[in-house]
Amino acid sequence: MTLTARDVAEITRLLEDSSFDELELEIDGLKIHLRRGSGNGDIPRFLAKGDRPPASSREPGEARPLVPNPSPAPLSDPNLTEVRAPLLGTFYRAPKPGAPPFVEVGASVAPETVIGIIEVMKLMNAVRAGTRGVVREIRARDGTLVEYGETLLLIDARESR
Amino acid sequence: MSIRRILVANRGEIAARILRTCRKLDIETVLAASEADRDSLPARLATRTVCIGPAHPTASYLKPELQVQAALGTGCDAIHPGYGFLSERAAFARLCEQHGVIFIGPTSGQLAIAGDKLAARAAAQAVEVPLAPGGEVPSREVARELAARIGMPMLVKAAGGGGGRGMKLVERVADLDAALELAAAEAGAAFGDARVYLERFVARARHVEVQVLGDGAGNIVHLGERDCSVQRRYQKIIEETPAPGIPDELRSRLHDAAIRFAARLRYRGAGTVEFLVDVQRDEFYFLEMNARIQVEHPVTEAVSGVDIVAAQVAIASGGGLRLVRGEAWRDGCAIECRINAEDPARDFAPSPGTVRSARWPVGEGIRVDTHIESGARVPPYYDSLLGKIIAHGRDRAQALTRLRAAVAVTRIEGIATNLGLHAEILADPEFMAGGVDTGYLARLLGKRPAQVAVAHHG
Repeated sequence: MTLTARDVAEITRLLEDSSFDELELEIDGLKIHLRRGSGNGDIPRFLAKGDRPPASSREPGEARPLVPNPSPAPLSDPNLTEVRAPLLGTFYRAPKPGAPPFVEVGASVAPETVIGIIEVMKLMNAVRAGTRGVVREIRARDGTLVEYGETLLLIDARESR
Repeated sequence: MSIRRILVANRGEIAARILRTCRKLDIETVLAASEADRDSLPARLATRTVCIGPAHPTASYLKPELQVQAALGTGCDAIHPGYGFLSERAAFARLCEQHGVIFIGPTSGQLAIAGDKLAARAAAQAVEVPLAPGGEVPSREVARELAARIGMPMLVKAAGGGGGRGMKLVERVADLDAALELAAAEAGAAFGDARVYLERFVARARHVEVQVLGDGAGNIVHLGERDCSVQRRYQKIIEETPAPGIPDELRSRLHDAAIRFAARLRYRGAGTVEFLVDVQRDEFYFLEMNARIQVEHPVTEAVSGVDIVAAQVAIASGGGLRLVRGEAWRDGCAIECRINAEDPARDFAPSPGTVRSARWPVGEGIRVDTHIESGARVPPYYDSLLGKIIAHGRDRAQALTRLRAAVAVTRIEGIATNLGLHAEILADPEFMAGGVDTGYLARLLGKRPAQVAVAHHG
């Protein structure tokens, strides 16, 4: 059993149209826990479990260089909106390894569009665009740690249809 | 396993303190900072800083999963929890253990025992470490029996508490039921554990604690004791080592008791066993074990010559105690003042804000542990500790002279501090004589005119 981006969107929509705040679903050992947010776009709404390798599967003693993230350039274009990480964790652009990314540069997004997942200790948190427009640039790299508040991607409001 | 990269899961002066030793040991560091601490001094001392969440600690520093995720995501082998925050949470240590990250501290099992004050009492009893008369109170009848046997006044303590939290003084038997009920309700809400116990209240006692280091295999060494009797509402503000005026025989009984207790737990890492000492009666009672590095550790470092953070790292990487045993004892005496952002003129209310200018002392035998420099912000979300001034001398008189001079030249502008109170205590004949009890500061504050506090800052 695998989850596709469409499944995620579908299940999320089911919850949103219902009168419930939380939904727990178990299919073939895959557990999904959905929770309605407070209405604030920064609150992660989707928590699922099971289709990611555990975070601890890294190589023991792995010595990656410790490079601080580049400080973001200030946005000069008023039409651009940053989508920031609502929490620290590992950023994934696709619902599972090998699957097509949630969004690519040029994709049209609505505020509710899922643009990626941030994993914290195997809990998957869906990140939404929070605004309408077209993805101009994707800054966060797939599978890397993003900090709280880090810019994930840029959305251009002019090109929205 | 050797540790090459450490995540520092803390902030403030202790984060800076840990980062400095890591630099000395050539260990890379990642500071897990909240949004409010991104531009702090520790953020500049660390090899890298990651922002783990908003300023409020419940959304950042107190989230175990964020800390472990940050460690994994930045390739850290180990996490140093500092003190406070998650440092004594067994669940946090367990999460680290589960994810293969070294927790620089005791095992989750040891934390669970030290954190449960009733379990800790049982462990002390098993190795004949003296306890204050008292015990668990499963019912009102038991409480009344205990009260009749031990006598008033008594302290109601929470099994999940510690460090003075969740503690109530009961002076009359008639108030016992109500106090127990209230304490249990509060403890349930605050610690998720409504169990409370009763202990005899020792009115004139000193707070003496013993610093221990354990290798996790049953070997324990002590680094002497600290006297922390200058307290306000159970919060220590001045600490010193050795404890003044304690007979050598009593001193070594304290050291032995601490070692027995830590050995019983097969304790791993740095910890402190706290006692109440009744010098007149030549008696002492076990209070609790603090299973972490403590704020006042520098006085022990000054006298023992041991870098306790380096020892913690060595133990965590499996190096045992051999680094510690080889150290030369420097001897003498050391005293520490905790400089807090609080306003003595407004009943010690916290005084967050921006430090316009900070001038800390330098000099022979003086050490300052701080994260505060000119322009630093003191956010309202965290504890009020700005820094610690530690003076070492060949004897107590010299340490005291040095500390008095150091406190006198310290200037923190822009926020209220307790510097004036420290100057007052250090010049007070009773404190200068040495060996004050835990009621000393309350008596000093009670007898002085209110305007004395106001005159010291502006």
